[in-house]
Amino acid sequence: MSKTVSIRKGLDIRLKGEAIKEISTLPLSELVSISPLDFHGLNPKLVVKEGDTVKAGDAIFFDKAHESVMYCTPASGVVKAIVRGEKRRILEVLIETDAEQNYRQSDPINVANATLEEVKSKMLENGLWPLVKQRPLDVVADPNQTPKAIFVTAFDSSPLAPDFNFVLEGREKDLQAGLIVLSKLTTGKVHFNINPNQSSAFSSISGVEINKFSGKHPAGNVGTQIHHIDPINKGEFAWTLNAIDVAIIGHFFNTGIFDLTRTIALTGSEVSNPQYYKVVPGTSMESIVSGKVKGNHVRYISGNVLTGERKELNNYLGYYHNQVTIIPEGDHYKFFLTQGWLGLGFDKFSNSRLFPTFLMPKSKKFVLDTNTNGEERAFVVTGELDRVFPFDILPMQLVKAAITNDIDGMENLGIYEVAPEDFALCEYVCTTKINIQDKIRQGLDVIAKECM
Amino acid sequence: MKFLENILHKMEPNFVKGGKYEKWNPLFETMATFAFTPKLVTTKGSHIRDGVDLKRTMMTVILAMIPCLLFGIYNTGHWEMVAATGDRNLSYFADYADKFFNGLVIVLPLIVVSYGVGLGIEFLFGMLRGHSLHEGFLVSGMLIPLTMPADVPLWMVGVATAFAVVIGKEIFGGTGMNVVNIALTARAFLFFAYPTSMSGDKVWMAGTEMDGVSGATALGDLATFMTDKPVYENLSGFTNEYTVWESFSGMIPGSVGETSTLACLIGAGILLITGVGSLRIMASFFAGGLAMGLLLNVVGGNSYFDLPAYYHLIIGGFAFGAVFMATDPVTAAQTATGKIIYGFLGGFLAILIRVLNPAYPEGVFLAILFMNISAPLVDYYVIHANVNRRLKRIKTA
Repeated sequence: MSKTVSIRKGLDIRLKGEAIKEISTLPLSELVSISPLDFHGLNPKLVVKEGDTVKAGDAIFFDKAHESVMYCTPASGVVKAIVRGEKRRILEVLIETDAEQNYRQSDPINVANATLEEVKSKMLENGLWPLVKQRPLDVVADPNQTPKAIFVTAFDSSPLAPDFNFVLEGREKDLQAGLIVLSKLTTGKVHFNINPNQSSAFSSISGVEINKFSGKHPAGNVGTQIHHIDPINKGEFAWTLNAIDVAIIGHFFNTGIFDLTRTIALTGSEVSNPQYYKVVPGTSMESIVSGKVKGNHVRYISGNVLTGERKELNNYLGYYHNQVTIIPEGDHYKFFLTQGWLGLGFDKFSNSRLFPTFLMPKSKKFVLDTNTNGEERAFVVTGELDRVFPFDILPMQLVKAAITNDIDGMENLGIYEVAPEDFALCEYVCTTKINIQDKIRQGLDVIAKECM
Repeated sequence: MKFLENILHKMEPNFVKGGKYEKWNPLFETMATFAFTPKLVTTKGSHIRDGVDLKRTMMTVILAMIPCLLFGIYNTGHWEMVAATGDRNLSYFADYADKFFNGLVIVLPLIVVSYGVGLGIEFLFGMLRGHSLHEGFLVSGMLIPLTMPADVPLWMVGVATAFAVVIGKEIFGGTGMNVVNIALTARAFLFFAYPTSMSGDKVWMAGTEMDGVSGATALGDLATFMTDKPVYENLSGFTNEYTVWESFSGMIPGSVGETSTLACLIGAGILLITGVGSLRIMASFFAGGLAMGLLLNVVGGNSYFDLPAYYHLIIGGFAFGAVFMATDPVTAAQTATGKIIYGFLGGFLAILIRVLNPAYPEGVFLAILFMNISAPLVDYYVIHANVNRRLKRIKTA
């Protein structure tokens, strides 16, 4: 039975720099990186050496814990370098790309008749498995588990997020095939969660439960959707994806080609012409942003401002990211009466009503920088996290349990349902300025070690 | 402001680790972060952060207390003049400047002593622990003088503040870690350590040492209904002396900042509009007080019991406690449901203690302190209800 849910708790952070609906294709960057660090908790074992020639879709490394899960290169070329860090930990594998891209060609598969084993082994071998994540823990799914349901979010509600309708235009067939593939993987349902205004765009989708989620961010977060449809209890597994990744999976089964090309949105107040670009994950940031940046002291973020990763120009686009955001750095002093803590604050977007901006019309957009706007403090203010956290979970108590390594507390308070991204808004609004997402991740790591 | 920024830049190397005045870093940092929001940027997680910080939050609470403070200064000046002239019926609206000035002379030293002693101790602990001043005391330092009788000796304010900051807060770890409200700890300390200076009829008006002038508060007078020798023959005697309007607006003797319900409500407005104060706590606190008042009306049989329930809300420190003390987020219940229970019980108990315990004419601060201690218990059950909902899901599935 499909559900319609309206999310009332939450916050839409109104930032300047939304992408206009125009797509350009960027030339493939000279180097493409595939990094084990994009997959939390992954312990990689390399299958290539420096100097090897690889096609797009060839395995680069696999997961030592689940040896069947292959991680494949999105671009063809020569393995130029294996970058290692402390204790010879693999940081990334750099591929020098060919001018003409070669894809590893498999036979297309008719998904309607495919069996579970067939689908699974194809996905594992061909690098599609890492697109499937699991809850609890928010890591790449464990292929040996059977999920109670699979949740696909068909929209992104985070600040300046790409419009999935636009990005997926013309890919309905891939999306549909991908959803059929997913339905083979679970004994339960596949939930396809859309925004009410997407009803027409995805009207052709069938064979899955279509749920509607409206309201503020985090309505588009898959964690929010799971909680309101079929919450995860201890011992249960749910798998999660977003619709763009489902289309990538579907495309492989339809054509036999592993094509990770994504349509990403280049957004943020410091972008001169925010718009969409077609790139593969692992493309260098420089090739994405060069010549398109307004400010001279900016932060490049792979992903959105709430959950994305900080990147330098010589870093690479993250594996899961559909967005690049550029915002001003805030590493300068702000005099307390003008721009600082006691100023009028017409430029400060806040969830509290301590700034006059709460009176401003909804159309007003803001330029926010990376300044924390204050120092770290103990928890003093209560109730502010609850206002942006649409779960029947007590956020502050759970965060405290995570900070204090209280395993029983975390279990009781619902750690199995959440991922760090669910706490991104809490982190944004919290007066303490504590890195809450990081604390939740550490809590999940403890749970992974002790309880899974 | 570039000028000030440059000075800071120049001084900074002396105060960082390994610098000449490394030990004084907490002091420097406090000054620097007061004048300038520091240039700290996000490192992990969300790249942008809300504009709100603890400094602004605390400053808003101080702003909300300004009406109480200003009114309190004038009121103190008025009753000082009453005591000096011996004329209880002195017109309230005359000699504005004189009264305000006289009030200022009495109240300002209280504020100076409270902040001086409190911040001094906070800095000391800050230096010992190597962190800058945390903002909690900015509010406590203003609350303490507002809860004091005008005539309290300054040294007592200092001792009480020191006790409250050290025993009430710092031994628990500082701002955000305390179990009971700091300002109320100071008040309670004085109440129990120097009872003669904190109750009775001699302390509420500055300079009351004359015959023929009673310096008692409304509550003190009311409490005598519970004894053999009431001040007033019956309730109407009391309500004539303390009319609803006078009690509500605060033109009655009492602690410096607590008398005016009107000023408290202006403060409440500021706290609620900005979202700093919890509506749940404030509303349920008033509801609790009203409920107990009505219950006493129903029981009846005594003039104090028969006092109209709304009177309880406008006399004494009830409104002040509800708006500024009970809502202290650190010591109040922290869950949404918990806040309602906490507030209601607080208001309920305040009136219970006030009426039924003649030893304590004012029950508000005791009730709030008691609820501070009980808040974790309230939260415990609210949290368990949440946990049980989750466990139930497994059983039904």
